[in-house]
Amino acid sequence: MSGAAMEAGRTLAMGQDEAVGGGRRSVEAPFGRALARLGESRPDIVGLTADLGKYTDILPFRDAFPERFFNVGMAEQNLVAVAAGLARTGKVPFATTYGVFATRRAYDFVAIALAHSNLDVKIVAGLPGLTTGYGGTHQAIEDLALMRMIPGLTIIDPCDATEIEAATEAISQHRGPVYMRLLRGSVPVVFEPGYVFEIGKARRLRQGSDVGIISTGLMTERTLDAADALQKRGVAAGVLHVPTIKPFDSEAVAEFAASVDRIVTVENHVVVGGLASLVVETLFDAGIAKTVTRVGLPDRYIECGAVPTLQAKYGLTTEAVIATIAALS
Amino acid sequence: MLRNSPPGYADIGALEHKAMLLRRHMLTMARGQGQGYIGQGLGIADVLAALYFHELRYDPGNLGWPDRDRFLLSTGHYSIALWAALAEAGIIPVDELVTYGADNSRLEMSTLDTTPGVEMIGGSLGHGLGQGVGQALGLRVDRSDARVFVELSDGEMQEGSTWEAAMSASHFKLDGLVALIDCNGIQADGPVVLDMEPVADKWRAFGWQTAEIDGNDMTAVVGALADARNRNGKPKAIILRTRPGKGVPRIETSEKSHFFRIDVAQWDGIIAEFEKTVGAGQ
Repeated sequence: MSGAAMEAGRTLAMGQDEAVGGGRRSVEAPFGRALARLGESRPDIVGLTADLGKYTDILPFRDAFPERFFNVGMAEQNLVAVAAGLARTGKVPFATTYGVFATRRAYDFVAIALAHSNLDVKIVAGLPGLTTGYGGTHQAIEDLALMRMIPGLTIIDPCDATEIEAATEAISQHRGPVYMRLLRGSVPVVFEPGYVFEIGKARRLRQGSDVGIISTGLMTERTLDAADALQKRGVAAGVLHVPTIKPFDSEAVAEFAASVDRIVTVENHVVVGGLASLVVETLFDAGIAKTVTRVGLPDRYIECGAVPTLQAKYGLTTEAVIATIAALS
Repeated sequence: MLRNSPPGYADIGALEHKAMLLRRHMLTMARGQGQGYIGQGLGIADVLAALYFHELRYDPGNLGWPDRDRFLLSTGHYSIALWAALAEAGIIPVDELVTYGADNSRLEMSTLDTTPGVEMIGGSLGHGLGQGVGQALGLRVDRSDARVFVELSDGEMQEGSTWEAAMSASHFKLDGLVALIDCNGIQADGPVVLDMEPVADKWRAFGWQTAEIDGNDMTAVVGALADARNRNGKPKAIILRTRPGKGVPRIETSEKSHFFRIDVAQWDGIIAEFEKTVGAGQ
């Protein structure tokens, strides 16, 4: 086997996401490249990882600024604690690991060492939701729900390469702790240059009032494809993309929900505790009584397998979104 | 601006007097609410006196000075000792000490970092050393020679994160990081429930320059801190064998020494006993 083939094989074995997106162009390692660019004008930015530098796309930053990069080994509690200490000396640490480890393993450190003190640490978490076939140990299917409970923590679930680059810059300027889901490797481009990302702001991407789809993360790409397909069938679907999970743009969600007949939420996450729950809470608070149909993962552990197989089985596909909406009537 | 004393010089008698003043403050604080972590506080008074009045480089009038030495109290429930030291150092008013543990007081029974002079939120044990590693790395990036002192306890060594931090400190060669490990032999459920011995061997094995001393012997404390000043590529661990309740025989011998709650009349008796001991020692 050639070196490159071995590398590709190992990457796949480590749970690399299979390519997504229908014929869109893609960008390699948009997060790491954006961070390396920011590092040139921002000497306060430092990078950390817990033995997952290669798998969280942060190596472009390490290569550009080796004296500002720290690999703490397989120790996620220490990753967050060290990042907290760096923040207290005026640095803006970007700490990468997988979502499962940043949440389940390091939760007390994120809550107390970071959020309680409102420290400027940005956690960038790979393998969000169901983007690996490695099973429950590596699938961060409930990370948004867990992190939502931490006061003052900003949570971002970006859709594509354009949004990851924009969000990386935005969170570097934001004061306070951030948890951002990472899309790594070859990441599709859904939003064209000029797309404006703003922390805490939802964005209406399609008009249409037969059904209103509220989506976040990589599922917005599939939702847009579903909306286009539905248009051809004569169903006008509005799409509201909500890349910031916290603080949640309740105003935009309520306004959007009021303007459509039916509401569907779509997320790469369990259907409890994440986007769907936030939408329902928002509608209840706003006194909007409409049925919400939830597309997302079931409240259970998911087995190992190929990512496309699992995503199809558990409904994280364009087809699943179309089928869900077609079944509404 | 306070500077640390030159190596080889320390007024041991003056530092012992400071430690006595810290103990006196702590007894006043504990009497206020009738309770507190007085045993631990009295036990670590000598170390805090040596730090705040001899070893640490800091400026009470400029707490944000980037080149200050940091002291991180990882065991947040030892706050009673920290408040005493910060008051004696002129960072918080002495008059405020009586509010320890009261509603709306900023002198909490477990530290929050909103109180001046506090460098981290302690209390969730196992958090301090890793944050000290991060601060030491940040100071290195800034090319500052400031040092970072982290207090932690024997019970706290049972938290795995302590050892994650210990591994990383030696890996990064953080020779300006000093761990002060208070081995007082007690934890929440009583005498140390999980044998941590041999403590010194563990730290040595993790790559730390290690000393083991009587943490209530001021000469030994000052000597160990002096030895920890060298920048030899190794983080420093000072294992402090301390006696909870040190200086007050009735607390030293009490089974309640993890958390002490008694009525005001008994506090008056304890304070009288302390003052008698102090008088006899002078």
